[in-house]
Amino acid sequence: MSARSTLTNELLREPGANNTLPVLNVTNLSKSFGGAQALAGISFKVLPGEVHGLLGKNGSGKSTFVKILAGFHAPDPGGRLEFNGEQVPLPLKPGDFRRLGMSFVHQNLGLVSSLTVLENLRFAHLTAARRSFINWGAERRQAIEALARFGLTIDSTERVDRLSPVERALLAIVRAFEEIRVECAATGRPGLVLLDEPTPFLPREGVDKLFSLIRSIAATGSSVIFISHDIEEVLTITDRITVLRDGMVAGELETARATHQQIVEQIVGRSLAHRAEPLHDQTTEPPPFLQVENLAGAMLRPTSFTIGKGEILGLTGLIGSGYEEAPYLIFGARPCRSGILKLAASPPLALAAMTPSRAIALGFALLPGDRQHAGGVDSLPVADNMLLPDVGRFFRGGLLRRGAMLHEARALGTRYEVIPNNPVARLSSLSGGNAQKVLIARWMNLKPKLLLLDEPTQGVDVSTRVQVYAALRAAASAGMSIVCASSDAEQLAEICDRVLVFARGRICREITGAELTKDGIAEACYASIDLSGGTEHYHPTARQRVEQ
Amino acid sequence: MTEVTEISTVAQPRGFRPGRLFERIALLVVWLGLVVVYGLVLPQSFLSWGNFSILFASYSPAAMLALAIIVPLTAGDYDLSVGATLTLASALIGVLNVWMHWPILAVLVVAVLTGVVVGLVNALFILFFRIPSLVVTLGTTSVMTGLAQWITNSSTIGGIDEGLVMAVVGGRLFGVPYAFYYALIAAVGMWYVFDYTPIGRRLLFVGRGREVARLNGISVDRVRLGALVTSGVLSALAGIMYAGVLGSADPYSGLNFLLPAFAAAFLGATTILPGRFNPWGVIAAVYFLATGITGLTMLGIPLWVTNVFNGGALILAVTVSQLTRGREATDIG
Repeated sequence: MSARSTLTNELLREPGANNTLPVLNVTNLSKSFGGAQALAGISFKVLPGEVHGLLGKNGSGKSTFVKILAGFHAPDPGGRLEFNGEQVPLPLKPGDFRRLGMSFVHQNLGLVSSLTVLENLRFAHLTAARRSFINWGAERRQAIEALARFGLTIDSTERVDRLSPVERALLAIVRAFEEIRVECAATGRPGLVLLDEPTPFLPREGVDKLFSLIRSIAATGSSVIFISHDIEEVLTITDRITVLRDGMVAGELETARATHQQIVEQIVGRSLAHRAEPLHDQTTEPPPFLQVENLAGAMLRPTSFTIGKGEILGLTGLIGSGYEEAPYLIFGARPCRSGILKLAASPPLALAAMTPSRAIALGFALLPGDRQHAGGVDSLPVADNMLLPDVGRFFRGGLLRRGAMLHEARALGTRYEVIPNNPVARLSSLSGGNAQKVLIARWMNLKPKLLLLDEPTQGVDVSTRVQVYAALRAAASAGMSIVCASSDAEQLAEICDRVLVFARGRICREITGAELTKDGIAEACYASIDLSGGTEHYHPTARQRVEQ
Repeated sequence: MTEVTEISTVAQPRGFRPGRLFERIALLVVWLGLVVVYGLVLPQSFLSWGNFSILFASYSPAAMLALAIIVPLTAGDYDLSVGATLTLASALIGVLNVWMHWPILAVLVVAVLTGVVVGLVNALFILFFRIPSLVVTLGTTSVMTGLAQWITNSSTIGGIDEGLVMAVVGGRLFGVPYAFYYALIAAVGMWYVFDYTPIGRRLLFVGRGREVARLNGISVDRVRLGALVTSGVLSALAGIMYAGVLGSADPYSGLNFLLPAFAAAFLGATTILPGRFNPWGVIAAVYFLATGITGLTMLGIPLWVTNVFNGGALILAVTVSQLTRGREATDIG
């Protein structure tokens, strides 16, 4: 596949890659947050006209690196950054990158969906402070020219929210290139476009269009940094690859000579032959509590699995694989395309008719990942947040018994080690970890039969994590079934009895027993793209969406 | 009184904070100060029972309207149509009772049902078609204002049943006309629902965090529908009181209540239970503004000053409240 590494590039680099001045030269760049070393002296080069892949697990330092370039983080002293041979004074200020000839496309694309293609594309020009008059005719010509330069036929008057996801991604990338094009033409130096995971939510057909656009940009002599979790994509589009692991460069590879296996090993950090000691030994299979059949959502394609009584089932995968939807779909919190629940001793239940209140009545509970907007209300007291789902219990003799509420909230706070344990304080007065304990206490107090979790320890400190894990395990051994969607392999290995690994909307691996280790899960996630096969089983609706 | 202190411990972090206590009673203190100042300047006319009883009675429709507003506001929706609902309800009373000779009780039932219908229509567009509440209620305001002018031929209809007038301003308790007590009864009812029932908790969570409420099994749309219908009914009641106070139906002046009522709703959220829309805060705010305006009028200050006073007091109070509370999230937004 990498043999497709286009000729154009080979020709561009022909004058001898060694003599070519790198567009970006990173030397010994470090960044620590408190005691944690997010980047520990990384060095690598991006050559002109090259598509450079940047790979690594969550927490490997990729996003810290991007944020240093974007000017959000100041690196530790001692690092050097050269752009086209000139040393860049560090730290960069936000927005400095544009002056250097660098631009970014982040995963959310940064488009305003209610405005037109033209307004989005020419955003920087249209809002420039020194302008007094907008010549719409000229702006439109410029926009059409910019799109035509890459053979795109997107209507510049169309609203962005009417574009397909692929067209939106193409637009964002063209805009990023436009931002630096004039600068580059003026100085005669190549620029750099950094794509931070633009693909995970795109259907496969669209990714091909994206890749030809990336190739066209590289053919102009500018460089592209392509950040992705998807090894297959990185092998297809890049010329060279830098793998980060634990804040260090784990390897630099020529794409043409790299194998999938080799990259997985560098990302995960060990050879695949070696296996760590298992934390779990699955002896007996628990009796099933719930069967989920043909569950499908926005990303998830019809998927079936079983959850045992008292089992902690982990769901994981790379970003965009759809696993994180499952808890919300089962709870009726998001619309599902299809799905049936089969609980022991009750008729099958169509998920289309599921609502959160029905789910709660069935004994389900959901702890959402977005604590601040979906979990609890920051501006209201801890007691009210804790006792929200069954506040009716405290309504006796025509009065809501505040005294009883505070009493119970304080008891729950003690039990789940909320510090400070003050039920009348606002939720916002607690740290992230303690706020999460309040929400866990809320759901545990309902004694649910099924607890659905999405990233239960995101933004939670280490000691709280230990407490949360202990609470979950205690609940499971008391018979509660738990589904935990998480991107944190270490956490899954710590608490789960079984882990399902998703890729492109389907389950591609089931991990149990001896393989259920942090490395085993991480490896399965990266290998999953290969296992899920090529482009042949894409869900028809995904295809239809693109063609609209 | 013990109950009031209990609410306060829930709304505020524990520990005695003099600043917070002062904030809760600041508006009452300023109000008292205003009464003292006017009393010193105009000892004869201002400090008379007659003056106060008129003040309490004539502002009771405004108080009822401000109470109506805070129900949907707490649930996170704006209801601008309360002023027009008041107008339409009082216009209907005039038309049905005076022109068509319906018995007054039947007319009152129709007026209240009108409030229900207005709430349902607002809810249909806000909840079913997902149009922002500000837009929908702005539209229904205009529609109802037009309807009120149509059915009354744009004229004031005098001669409404004496029974209604008597029930609203005819009788007095402790020297104050009944109308004031109707507003107080509504405030007590809302206080009970807001603070002492699970419905009040749901209303608050729906307003502060729709997604949180939904994921906790609260039927968000049903709560918002209930809030909109409640505000429709309360503003229809305000319309009945307005017709009773005037003894006639006026298709124009009702809308003048809208902005002062909103001012009172927000001003009320800076006092008693600062940071939350609360009925006692609303009552305090309405009568604080009324006192200020009445005194100014008696001093012979021109009419335009009343608008400046209304707006100035609102902005000042909300600013002071925001400064004392830092950047805490509140209902005021």
